[in-house]
Amino acid sequence: MAKLFSHIGRYSILLGQVFTRPARAREYRRLIVDELDKIGLQSLGIVALLSFFMGAVVTIQTAANIDSGWIPKWTIGFTTRQTMILEFSSTIVCLILSGKVGGNISSEIGTMRITEQIDAMDVMGVNSASVLILPKIIAAIFIFPFMVVGSMFLGIVAGAIVGTSQGVVSLTDYTYGVQYYFEPYQVSYTLIKTLVFAFIITSISAYHGYYTKGGAREVGQSSTKAVVYSMVLILLSNYIITQLLLL
Amino acid sequence: MIEVKNISKSFDGNQVLKDITTELWPGTVNFIIGRSGSGKSVLTKCIVGLNEVDQGEIFFDGRNFTKLNKWDRRLIRQEMGMLFQGAALFDSMSVEENVMYPLRMFSNLSKVERQKRVDECLERVNLAGKNKLFPSEISGGMQKRTGIARAIAMNPKYLFCDEPNSGLDPQTAILIDNLIKEITKEYNITTVVVSHDMPSVMEIGDHINFIYEGKLWWRGDRSTILTSENKEVSEFVFPSAFMQEIRDALREGHR
Repeated sequence: MAKLFSHIGRYSILLGQVFTRPARAREYRRLIVDELDKIGLQSLGIVALLSFFMGAVVTIQTAANIDSGWIPKWTIGFTTRQTMILEFSSTIVCLILSGKVGGNISSEIGTMRITEQIDAMDVMGVNSASVLILPKIIAAIFIFPFMVVGSMFLGIVAGAIVGTSQGVVSLTDYTYGVQYYFEPYQVSYTLIKTLVFAFIITSISAYHGYYTKGGAREVGQSSTKAVVYSMVLILLSNYIITQLLLL
Repeated sequence: MIEVKNISKSFDGNQVLKDITTELWPGTVNFIIGRSGSGKSVLTKCIVGLNEVDQGEIFFDGRNFTKLNKWDRRLIRQEMGMLFQGAALFDSMSVEENVMYPLRMFSNLSKVERQKRVDECLERVNLAGKNKLFPSEISGGMQKRTGIARAIAMNPKYLFCDEPNSGLDPQTAILIDNLIKEITKEYNITTVVVSHDMPSVMEIGDHINFIYEGKLWWRGDRSTILTSENKEVSEFVFPSAFMQEIRDALREGHR
């Protein structure tokens, strides 16, 4: 328990340093653009792949489970849309990104720590926590919602492609289901979740990297911890946000 | 001038530095020497503020560094340059970008002026033309020289070098030593070198602080360290039987 409070305390102190007013805004702009590329653009492939197959599988599974003639075929489109928008495109995509982006952030900062690059920044008078972490947080909070919206679209399109090509649903039924009883608020709910997940992934991973001590083995351990804790906190916050916003 | 007054530091109940008081002089190369684990690196990290001291004070030209808030500390740190044991270059940046980094973060120089300053610094450490190479593409000696160029880019008043010769061949080590000495005199910098490399101490050391078991055990200069009667100093300077024979011969000569 004491260890948990120690982590929370150090994490809060680190965030305090991260959100200190930047000395050189111009430098931060350049760093944010770099991070948008590393965190966002370089993750597009995996997000696209994941979203396509999630949409396709949900469509096939739904079709396989509604053999009864009492349930209309458009339910397939409806279920795919709801699953992608409410959960898969935000939570599952962010869980995967916590592995890719979070592991990357933690190992990058951890390596900088053990090779004294962070000490070099501190000695120069640079606020290393802010320079290294703030651009990542801003970039993730900016780019993740676009990726999640893209994922929703791709998943739903994948469902249409697979559903119609396999003959389990007609395009008309699927489209009707996708459009049926659409609540824009659900997209807002998902985007709010995504912003929280983006913050968790970047800040938790950066925290574990920033306080790495030792050598290569410890960098690996930090990376693992970063991914595990990010995932746990994503699942926990997913539950809390869902209860707050949907009930 | 840097004044260290009654510094103590512990880690998890283990006292690493015990009531250390010394002065480090401008325009000279001040060595902090001692065996591995004696506390010399911790002392340096305390001086630059990477470790907080448990008690004692550190003054940079009369300014009490230990009493300053974070922001004022950063201002003093902008007057410091540091060469790390492993050079600590930013590996995602080229040689030029590494040297330019402090200028970009703190100076108000234009792009052209920054480039001119970077070229001057690289020229000074004999790395002209290596601007676009990355740390992984250059030798250990070149990495150290890049580290020195980065450390002097902001015209520091205080230069700290942590084991500047570790991992270098003897000839490259002498080049680095001479570079540190020349830069110290040229810019009238207070240079602090942490080392256990005696050839380096004898080559460029103006003032020598010997740390033993966390205490400042002995202070002196090149001329006195060889003839010191202090047992621990003598064992450090002349560690082998062969070296001890040389020491005895030296003492005979003195008599």
